[in-house]
Amino acid sequence: MTQHNRANSGVFEPSGKIQFGIFFQGVNSGTIWKAAESGSQTDFESFRRIAQTAERGLFAAFFLGEGLRLREHLGRPHGLDVVGRPDAQTMLAALASVTKNIGLVATQNTTYNDPADLAHRLASLDLISGGRAAWNIVTTDNAWTGANFRRGGYLDHADRYKHAEAFVETAKRIWDSWETPAGPARRVLHEGQHYTVDVTPRLPRSAQYRPVLFQAGDSPEGRSFAARHADVIFSAHPKFDDAVEFRKDLVERSLAAGRGANAVQIMPASEFILAPTAGEALEKKEWVRSLQIGPQQAVAYLEQFWGRELSGYDPDGPLPEIDPVVEETSETRGSGFHGAKARQLADQWRAEAKDKGLSIRQFVSSKTARVDATFTGSYTAVADRLAEYARVGAVDGFNISPWLIPTGLDDIVNHLVPELQERGVYPTEYAGSTLRENLGLGTPVRSADETAGAVRAS
Amino acid sequence: MSTTEPSRQGFLAIEVDGAGWDGGDFASLGEAVLAAESAGFHAATFTDEPVPGRANALQRAAFAGPVTRTIALIPEVDTVYTEPFHVSTQLASLDYVSGGRAGWIVTAAESPEAAAAVGRSFVSGTALGQEAAASVEVSRRLWDSWEDDAVIRDVATGRYIDVDKLHYIDFDTAADFETPAGFAGPGYSVKGPSIIPRPLQGQLPVLAAASLVGEGQLPADAVDAVLVSAPTPELLAAEVRDVRARVGGSVAVIAELGVVLDSRGQAAAGRPAGFDGAGSAGGRAQYAGSADGLTELLEALLQEADGVRLHPASLALELDELSRLVLPELRRRGALRPPVQDGTFRDLLGLTRPASRYASAAAGAGK
Ligand SMILES: Cc1cc2nc3c(=O)[nH]c(=O)nc-3n(C[C@H](O)[C@H](O)[C@H](O)COP(=O)(O)O)c2cc1C
Repeated sequence: MTQHNRANSGVFEPSGKIQFGIFFQGVNSGTIWKAAESGSQTDFESFRRIAQTAERGLFAAFFLGEGLRLREHLGRPHGLDVVGRPDAQTMLAALASVTKNIGLVATQNTTYNDPADLAHRLASLDLISGGRAAWNIVTTDNAWTGANFRRGGYLDHADRYKHAEAFVETAKRIWDSWETPAGPARRVLHEGQHYTVDVTPRLPRSAQYRPVLFQAGDSPEGRSFAARHADVIFSAHPKFDDAVEFRKDLVERSLAAGRGANAVQIMPASEFILAPTAGEALEKKEWVRSLQIGPQQAVAYLEQFWGRELSGYDPDGPLPEIDPVVEETSETRGSGFHGAKARQLADQWRAEAKDKGLSIRQFVSSKTARVDATFTGSYTAVADRLAEYARVGAVDGFNISPWLIPTGLDDIVNHLVPELQERGVYPTEYAGSTLRENLGLGTPVRSADETAGAVRAS
Repeated sequence: MSTTEPSRQGFLAIEVDGAGWDGGDFASLGEAVLAAESAGFHAATFTDEPVPGRANALQRAAFAGPVTRTIALIPEVDTVYTEPFHVSTQLASLDYVSGGRAGWIVTAAESPEAAAAVGRSFVSGTALGQEAAASVEVSRRLWDSWEDDAVIRDVATGRYIDVDKLHYIDFDTAADFETPAGFAGPGYSVKGPSIIPRPLQGQLPVLAAASLVGEGQLPADAVDAVLVSAPTPELLAAEVRDVRARVGGSVAVIAELGVVLDSRGQAAAGRPAGFDGAGSAGGRAQYAGSADGLTELLEALLQEADGVRLHPASLALELDELSRLVLPELRRRGALRPPVQDGTFRDLLGLTRPASRYASAAAGAGK
């Protein structure tokens, strides 16, 4: 059965394979900057090194995350984690010249960009890279980030997926506009609540027709949006049972959206801590965790919820007895915490830490470590676990965040990939030169007329 | 042929236009820029004029970054219908991927089509210069918003950055444009700091057409170089002198010259005058003729201008002739600045690396 038929099938069929992507995130506690081998987060050499390592390991995709305002803590830029990163598409255009097969995925926001401009730049990246570009669609919005933009933070939170819908439809029509590689192009019009677009697109289709679409966003609206539009969902559910559950949910949503059961692939965020033996891997994990959440980061984490300075507290001692000064928990702006009743939360956490005999550091580490997203173990044991994901089709791949830059993929590529290949669940070569080919995605069909891709005004 | 050693040495830039598009093979884009570097060009520029088939200029420049070593990479980036915050981040990123060889040709699109594409009102006249001035000011502040030594990686105190060395830029058209008439377009503000550390060069060199620079437009002290056009090669040197008098000695002056050379047995006169199309060649001096004649012209021009930017009629044909006949002879005559090995674009322009404007400020972003 061809990929195309599989994608249109009404019944989910596992591909029996998994693929890897690498998520170069860089702006949270996941990336270790304190080790001797921690390299630069901005020098091009770090990016070249890790992208070329990923390509050596036949990774499907190289992802760059995006945050359009620096995270803040108690009203100042957050200074304890890695911070500062390049523009995704500019970096990926540069990487296109030193890589050949790996997909280049730019996380780009629908709130602080113009559809015509963003669609043009993504099409451009797609052409420059010979059909390897993808857009990871994110919808994060708030007035606080909007303070960096002419347009401001103009969206109602509830409206952001409606807005994203119109945005993506418009982008698709822009990519769909050229009749042949030589033109002529259809004019694309959109008139909506948030913006109007009137453009005659300038770029032809790429070797993979148009950029592949990834989506990251986990709310029910986000998942349905992915089911309607995305080729791949960058999920937050790597744990086996959750992954199986998530697949079921996404298959239902895809069918409801009129697409095939296999139309949307799933690649959850993940972290790998590997070694030749299980014992060594556990030791390594201790080391990784101690560097991810240092004493100052542990205290800072609590400060977000207490809303006050707690620097006088011993990170290796118990949680603060002192009460929060806020009603609702504040947050490190730019990260994903949600408000909660501060007093209640503090009581709950103190009890929990006391119960388990955890210090501030240990407690925070247990709260922040991506417990579910971490695969720890020997190369062979982890390969066995991943083979099981492939067998049942729990996921189509994993989007790996390395905890070290630029050497963080070395053991995965050198040791885990060969184990997976031996088990027949990982590619042994690139299927083609475009990302679409390498992911086994079908080629989009050009809409019959210019209104076919149109969507109601948002 | 002149026999005396020229008193000034200048640099040469080449517009690589749609390079890489022909046939859709973008590998040829890297090759073309590398060929220009090997020929001895000091800079490559990338137009962003909206022509069908032309990929984004800044991305084309970024693509060329890792495959070249010394040539400056200078894309055009619009200031009217773009987000200044994105523009600043993208240009800073270009500086990183090129190892400090990035520059920026500031443009201000006077285009109803560009306005309609993003649903904004059409901007024209003097308002264009203001848009450019505002966007450049935002970029320059953002590039300074991380002091050079902001990333400290201090394990003892657990601090990756020194928060005192990050700065809000608090740009606001209302406060920052005290021109008599104020800011003509819809006002805006940008908070900062940047989301990327300070560019390798500290500040990227900023270039603009001389016609965009002046009072009420893009201020001369906001740019590092101006691009000067004249209708004919004969008028170019005088125009360069006039512009230099107007913008002052601290701004480099670059003359613009279209070039069609006798090539492969075909006289320049019989060759089409450029894939730019007749329109954009309009105000620009064009040279058509032999390599020898061009060498003479460039040698003379480089006595007046700091640099000359060539717009070849065909990149492949002209680059071939230029690298075989013109640049070697100009070098022999001592008319060209030696390339700066591993140098930055600022080095080429003779500009030192400036301290961040916020460096002496007592307090950081959090205070
Ligand atoms: C795995 C994952 C990675 C994400 N990466 C980014 C990112 O790099 N930049 C960003 O602005 N948002 C990112 N997001 C945020 C989402 O795009 C989305 O805005 C957010 O999850 C809220 O949408 P939701 O309510 O549908 O979950 C990510 C989300 C997930 C699940």
